[in-house]
Amino acid sequence: MIRLELPKALCSYADDKSSLVLEGPCATVGEALVALRKEAPAALDRIMDERGSVRRHVNVFVNGENIRFLDGLSTPARDGATIMIIAAVSGG
Amino acid sequence: MKQTRRKASKKRPASVAKKRRGSTSKRAKAGARSSRNGEALLLVGTMKGAFVLRSDKSRKKWKVEGPHFRGEAVYALLHDTRGGRERTFAATNSMHWGPTLRTSDDYGATWSEPGPQTVRFPEASGRALAQIWQITPGRNTEPDVLYCGVEPAALFESRDGGESWRPNEGLLNHEHQPKWQPGGGGLCLHTIVLDPENSRRMLVAMSTGGVYRSEDGGKSWRARNSGIRAQFLPEEHRYPEFGQCVHKVVHHPSRPGRLFLQNHWGLYRSDDWGDNWKDIANGVPSDFGFAMQMHPHDPDTVYIVPIEADVFRATPEAKLRVYRTKNAGASWESLTKGLPQKDAYENVLRDALAADSFDSAGIYFGTRSGKLFGSRDEGATWTEIADALPPIVCVKTGMVGAA
Repeated sequence: MIRLELPKALCSYADDKSSLVLEGPCATVGEALVALRKEAPAALDRIMDERGSVRRHVNVFVNGENIRFLDGLSTPARDGATIMIIAAVSGG
Repeated sequence: MKQTRRKASKKRPASVAKKRRGSTSKRAKAGARSSRNGEALLLVGTMKGAFVLRSDKSRKKWKVEGPHFRGEAVYALLHDTRGGRERTFAATNSMHWGPTLRTSDDYGATWSEPGPQTVRFPEASGRALAQIWQITPGRNTEPDVLYCGVEPAALFESRDGGESWRPNEGLLNHEHQPKWQPGGGGLCLHTIVLDPENSRRMLVAMSTGGVYRSEDGGKSWRARNSGIRAQFLPEEHRYPEFGQCVHKVVHHPSRPGRLFLQNHWGLYRSDDWGDNWKDIANGVPSDFGFAMQMHPHDPDTVYIVPIEADVFRATPEAKLRVYRTKNAGASWESLTKGLPQKDAYENVLRDALAADSFDSAGIYFGTRSGKLFGSRDEGATWTEIADALPPIVCVKTGMVGAA
């Protein structure tokens, strides 16, 4: 089981939920995010683009660590992990 | 596409209860519409959201509503009145969460909150949508057809009123595609021109890539840039088959084969659907510029806003001047009454100049510094409608009850 925390801006893309539980085997952060396609596809489209890359101004943390400084989407996501989506330094 | 509606709010646009599409009472909507029939609409896209302005037929006073989509850039807007509907389309782009196409059936009071991204590249293309630059209605005979021009340069088509979209494969896989280069604004397909008389003919323009035309309904495309210069190439290569940085192309539906083009250096006209282009920069202070607008009723009249240079994108001599030709480019006159003529270092972008369809045509433009100007007498005199909006990138017009 992996817990996914969404920022407020994306809750409306996930039936107003700020936290989702992803069941099933997910070995990596990338696999966990792809699993989000079934649960909240609209939210996933705001996190990743069509190429499967995390959008430039989106940060993904696993257990408090930014995956950009780990192994990116290949970073392991062990059972019980918390993945947090946070808007990066940017804005309009 | 899952569609819910969000009520616009100045403070908290995301906090209002959702509505399913069509849940608004038809009677209430029809009543609201009939009481405002004939009102003029101005749709203004900025770097920080969209504004909807409304006025009665006099167009003297405008009521400003917005910003919708606070903090998101809105490069493309359309008010579509074909097929008995009145739907406003807005292409929004969040710095964090990417581009989205949204719709409103009540002039911006509520907006759809789409589900999964509908304008998207196929995974095999290796591309990702960066921005929607243009939303163009299909022909009147095809009210459910719409087109989107996007960055990276590609054309998308919807055949169900904007619910679903697919890329034009002929352009997506064009042999020139790997050589198209991004201009200052990105590699964008920003102009879509349809032949109202020949359903198989259409033309697109991109920066950079130039003009391409299809004669077979979009299956294949040929570069149509003969006579258009590419100032940024070595002198011996300044007239390539493709690769020009075309900024805007316009035409009049009553004379569709005659096209006017504002280039990245160069002002042109074609009388043969783009097979040949000739220079018409006759008496303008600069042939550099972005915006170009056709007069709604006169196929000989076109408006532009010359810009000093690519390296200094500001109005020449610090005067904000719209130029108009009434003879298809043989000569141009400056229109300045009511516009600042001192210390005006303005820029007007490619989609920020528009015309309405009233008998005495209204002409409108917005600047990068957030000023919005309008003329109710075809450019003879101007008034400032708003003076401190966010940077304006798009101005479009519409009319309530035109469907």
